Amino acid sequence: MNKRQLICIGCPLGCQMEAEQNEGGEVVSVKGNTCPRGDAYARKELTCPTRIVTSTVRVEGGARHMVPVKTKEDVPKEKIFDCMEEIRRLAVTAPVAVGDVLLADVAGTGVALVATGNVAAG
Amino acid sequence: MKRYDIVIIGAGPAGLAAAVAAFDDGARSILVLERDREAGGILNQCIHNGFGLHTFKEELTGPEYADRFVRQAGERGIECRLNTMVMDIGAEPGAAPDAHPMKYVTAMSREDGLYQVAARAVILAMGCRERPRGALNIPGYRPAGIYSAGTAQRLVNMEGYLPGKKVVILGSGDIGLIMARRMTLEGAKVQVVAELMPYSGGLKRNIVQCLDDYGIPLKLSHTVVDIQGKERVEGVTIARVDENRRPVAGTEETYECDTLLLSVGLIPENELSAGLGVELSPVTSGPVVNESLETNVEGVFACGNVLHVHDLVDFVSEEAALAGKNAVAYVRRLEAAEGGAGQAARDEAEGGAGQAARDEAEGGAGQAARDEAEGGSDSVEDAVKSADNESAVVEISPRSGVRYTVPSHIRMSHMQEEQVVRFRVGDVYKNCFIRAYLNGRQIVSRKRPVMAPGEMEQLKLKKGQLLEYMEPGTDSYCLEIKVEEK
Ligand SMILES: Cc1cc2nc3c(=O)[nH]c(=O)nc-3n(C[C@H](O)[C@H](O)[C@H](O)COP(=O)(O)OP(=O)(O)OC[C@H]3O[C@@H](n4cnc5c(N)ncnc54)[C@H](O)[C@@H]3O)c2cc1C
Ligand code: SF4
Repeated sequence: MNKRQLICIGCPLGCQMEAEQNEGGEVVSVKGNTCPRGDAYARKELTCPTRIVTSTVRVEGGARHMVPVKTKEDVPKEKIFDCMEEIRRLAVTAPVAVGDVLLADVAGTGVALVATGNVAAG
Repeated sequence: MKRYDIVIIGAGPAGLAAAVAAFDDGARSILVLERDREAGGILNQCIHNGFGLHTFKEELTGPEYADRFVRQAGERGIECRLNTMVMDIGAEPGAAPDAHPMKYVTAMSREDGLYQVAARAVILAMGCRERPRGALNIPGYRPAGIYSAGTAQRLVNMEGYLPGKKVVILGSGDIGLIMARRMTLEGAKVQVVAELMPYSGGLKRNIVQCLDDYGIPLKLSHTVVDIQGKERVEGVTIARVDENRRPVAGTEETYECDTLLLSVGLIPENELSAGLGVELSPVTSGPVVNESLETNVEGVFACGNVLHVHDLVDFVSEEAALAGKNAVAYVRRLEAAEGGAGQAARDEAEGGAGQAARDEAEGGAGQAARDEAEGGSDSVEDAVKSADNESAVVEISPRSGVRYTVPSHIRMSHMQEEQVVRFRVGDVYKNCFIRAYLNGRQIVSRKRPVMAPGEMEQLKLKKGQLLEYMEPGTDSYCLEIKVEEK
């Protein structure tokens, strides 16, 4: 058995939780949560933690140099730096608008990279 | 000079939400002035997600949240002048103070130079700025490489420039936490985040997702005691502090770094307000406002970070929408008084010396109020209710644990069915109660599992609840709001 400490981020209460994982990595118990959201969070966080990655991408020929971007959905946590690597290498041409797909599949995650800001040509 | 019903200073989320709400409430003569080259305020540099969970029920990034409001304003055709810095707001020269004077707004832009517009109502939505680095009380050199966290955020996210490679952050407010992650993702090494207080000023979610995710240590009850390097920062020494926040000798640790970020808090930007004679709270540095978010200067409203520093933009939008609606109601009241076409309006136009003004001073029960009742539907109710405790004013007094409240007083004549009171507590409290006492009698009690200075609290008051505890003949009430253990 493997004991893991976590803080739930579901609400400002921030419950301190302790979860037990068996050899196979399966979560067998969660303690310390005040509501079911904590339990669900702990199981997801220990088995397949995911995050939205936000960053910026260089823009050519625009009124600004950078456009903010995000992964359209969560990506596995261990892929964050792979995503960043691709994002850093990317450059796009103005104009760019909120929602534009800049990469169809970031770092083999199957998730698209979309613009979250507008940059006019300029 | 161009005249507007409502002029809004600042096109951040607060200014935009106020404009949209005012428009939707029927106002058509609205002008928004913004000094930046684009609308959206501070959100344009907050590229991380976590915005809008309350308002749009989805998790947006800052620029996306801003974009929604920019669009809403655009769809309504609201006039927004960018690259326009407001220099001064003053009362119409020579107007009698009781004549509802117009406000003169002086602005400057490269295209139009210096000019003035006149407004019946002004909404202050200038946001806040970071506390200056003077907060860092360390003798010696000021080498390059010391930035406020917000400046670093602007450099990285807007200019695409990474200010350093090895970083120490002082202060665990949200901007500091967000920048710890941002600089890590951009390839910098964040050595440590030091926080003077025994608790973090930031949201828990940010501690988990910005520090823990990347193994960045957070040292509570620590501060910077020395900075090495003459031209450029070469290292930073931090030490533990005692209960009186004084460094404890022998606990020093030195971190090699080329950059020190300061995330030591935000302060409302109120130079303009002060110039206009708006009373400011020494606790929030923002205007003192009544239930309508109106300052002591009639027809001048405030919302968003210029009023008090918010951590969630959703509440900024909510508060700003209320300010927008109240500004419209104010303009309507003036119009009704003037447009009554009778003696009241003429008297008022002559300087408020006539019957209308006197009636109004007596509590809105005279001709002016009747005229008003005929002019606007919501004021009918106002005039009818004036019999009971309508003239009462409730001063809100923050007590034990509660640092301030917005609003600071409630005029019963203008109170809505429900009034939201927002406040912050001064310490971390667990399993406590927030209670409100009206002239000593408890009227509300709410259990709170946890409260922290970093998260704004709110209490909803019902008008009926207050009236129930009021006595005929008493006009001034004190509503104490406090934190209690049991
Ligand atoms: C770094 C940072 C991170 C944040 N992270 C989050 C988060 O994760 N989630 C969340 O919900 N909230 C977050 N917030 C809070 C939220 O962004 C703010 O509460 C919100 O932007 C405040 O809106 P505002 O309109 O009051 O102020 P601002 O956004 O500051 O807008 C004020 C506007 O007024 C303009 N202005 C000022 N003075 C003048 C003048 N004299 N003339 C003309 N224009 C003027 C400014 O240029 C600016 O555009 C964060 C805030 C900061 C600073
Ligand atoms: S477990 Fe429930 S109550 Fe506790 S922090 Fe998570 S969401 Fe909040």
